[in-house]
Amino acid sequence: MIQHLVLYPILIQVFLAVVLLFCWRRVHLQKVISVVGSFLSLGIAIWLFINTWNQGTLTIQAGNWEAPFGISFVSDTFAATLVLLTAISGLAVSVFSVGTILPARLKFGYLPIFHFLLLGLNGAFLTGDIFNLYVWFEVIIISSFVLITLGGEKAQLEGALKYFTLNIFASMIFLTAVAVLYGLTGSLNMADLSIKVAAIENRGLVEVTAILFLIGFGIKSALFPLYFWLPASYHTPPPAVSAIFGGLLTKVGVYALIRVFTLIFVGDVFLENVILTIAGLTLISGAIGALVQNNIVKIFSYLIICHIGYVILGLGLASELAIAGAIFYLIHDIIVKTNLFMISGLIYRIKGTFSIRDLGGLYAKYPLLSLLMVIPFFSLVGIPPLSGFWPKLALITESFKVDNYWLIAAVLFATFITFYLIAKIWSEVFWKEGKILPKLHNFRYFEKLKLEKKIQIVGPIVFLALVSLYIGFCAENIQQLALRVAKELLNNQHYIQAVLGNQL
Amino acid sequence: MKTVILKTASNYLLPLLLLFSFFILLRGHYLPGGGFVGGLIAAIAFVLHAFANGLENTKQLLRIHPGFLMPVGLALALFSGFSPIIFSDLPFMTGIWFPEPLSVVGMVGSALFFDIGVYLVVVGVSLTIIFTITESA
Repeated sequence: MIQHLVLYPILIQVFLAVVLLFCWRRVHLQKVISVVGSFLSLGIAIWLFINTWNQGTLTIQAGNWEAPFGISFVSDTFAATLVLLTAISGLAVSVFSVGTILPARLKFGYLPIFHFLLLGLNGAFLTGDIFNLYVWFEVIIISSFVLITLGGEKAQLEGALKYFTLNIFASMIFLTAVAVLYGLTGSLNMADLSIKVAAIENRGLVEVTAILFLIGFGIKSALFPLYFWLPASYHTPPPAVSAIFGGLLTKVGVYALIRVFTLIFVGDVFLENVILTIAGLTLISGAIGALVQNNIVKIFSYLIICHIGYVILGLGLASELAIAGAIFYLIHDIIVKTNLFMISGLIYRIKGTFSIRDLGGLYAKYPLLSLLMVIPFFSLVGIPPLSGFWPKLALITESFKVDNYWLIAAVLFATFITFYLIAKIWSEVFWKEGKILPKLHNFRYFEKLKLEKKIQIVGPIVFLALVSLYIGFCAENIQQLALRVAKELLNNQHYIQAVLGNQL
Repeated sequence: MKTVILKTASNYLLPLLLLFSFFILLRGHYLPGGGFVGGLIAAIAFVLHAFANGLENTKQLLRIHPGFLMPVGLALALFSGFSPIIFSDLPFMTGIWFPEPLSVVGMVGSALFFDIGVYLVVVGVSLTIIFTITESA
């Protein structure tokens, strides 16, 4: 039983998706299975995390083919943490989807595809093989493309086209990079690649390959200057879909960047400078982009871009504390961003619009819900002691150590703009006296929903807000986790040993 | 396309093409072929039948909705991954084989069931897509 633990997060999602496909017409049964299955997969993720924490890196060779010839699945602390976060967000979004997605969409297989998406995410985090990583990226893209187009509204299709074109392009570049890497080393196993790439004489070629990877993953994680697809598409699907996209999809790109640049392409000064420059520019341009938007979902979309900059900054600085800061930020960001998009869905349910100008008066009408929404908003800004504060502290400290003042300026600028935007949203959406909006036909306003639906919408937001509070108030635990991840990433011998075993 | 030649030919081609698709499926383990190609050939057989005799007749011939083949195929492929754990306590997806080859099929093992799963998924997906497009046109 326990020897296959690494595969369970992947297998449970396939299993759920298949069972859901069998229940194609029974939408109500699908809802029950999806929520129960998400609880189960959270349990498995916690089990995997505890085992990885206690026993160190776990590996399994699929099909009993020995590494580096077969496909290895590896759960180090980093992967196990992300699988756990995926399960937490997955559970929240699953319940939220049950409450908000229209029956017409559910009838056309929304829930099975949602679980295929989670399957792709878990697979990408756990695989130890770079070509297999590509395959998981394909699983993610295909299912996300179905999710983004399901419903077939005009705006959705337009957004989907941009999303799909650029993501397929990124996949092509990624695949090319894998091919070049295979040509150079004759291996696809990441642990094996780590050894073989270090031994290559022609460093120029290695750098070019690394840049190809940077571009491929950079498009997927929406880095400067390749992020334009994200704000053009994330506001078009229903909020539940935006939540899982905003929370996890760009983060897979970031995960892949961190994995590849700490395991395979290590210690190249040129690359580190490129990454640092991109990080700074991402922070600044994302923040400026968010300033001029009027649609709350679009503001959040630009903030995703902006805040990816923090994580990449930590990767570029490449010291232990900086990477720990980046990991901490990643943990905080996944939870908060998922929550923000769900909140935008809730606001839409209440008022029937996403436009800041038209919204207003939320605090007067729903004081308790407004207080709930404060938690993710202020966590995002990083008002101490909420969760966004601690990683920024680490990142700024580390930037001071290398005397890189323009990076510090970029970090502070992005934080300040985020603060300004949240204050703006707070005053416009919550405090400002609301306009009287024309009633929409065929639209079920929040106040008219049944109690069961209300719980399905507000419950996940409360759940993720509690997780955010935990991250903020028990920051020591998270920092300990982040430091351990950073240590493992920087001393990759451990990972290599775990995968290749006694062959070294 | 209601021509007599196509209509007559498709009645003979359907079983032939299906037989050929099984051949390709079984051939796939050591030689070019396999579940994916086999599934496509089987799908073509039905599409040809639909062109000649109309979509309704083909649907009657199939009896089940082709979309139903997708979860069946996926479940079969998943089961073939689990079979080494259940039968011989080996890691997930390890190939297990019967020692003696069967007369027509050749060597039988868990990989064959995986391929049959792929075959069913491919038939299901391509027929669902083509039938939907034909209906909406």
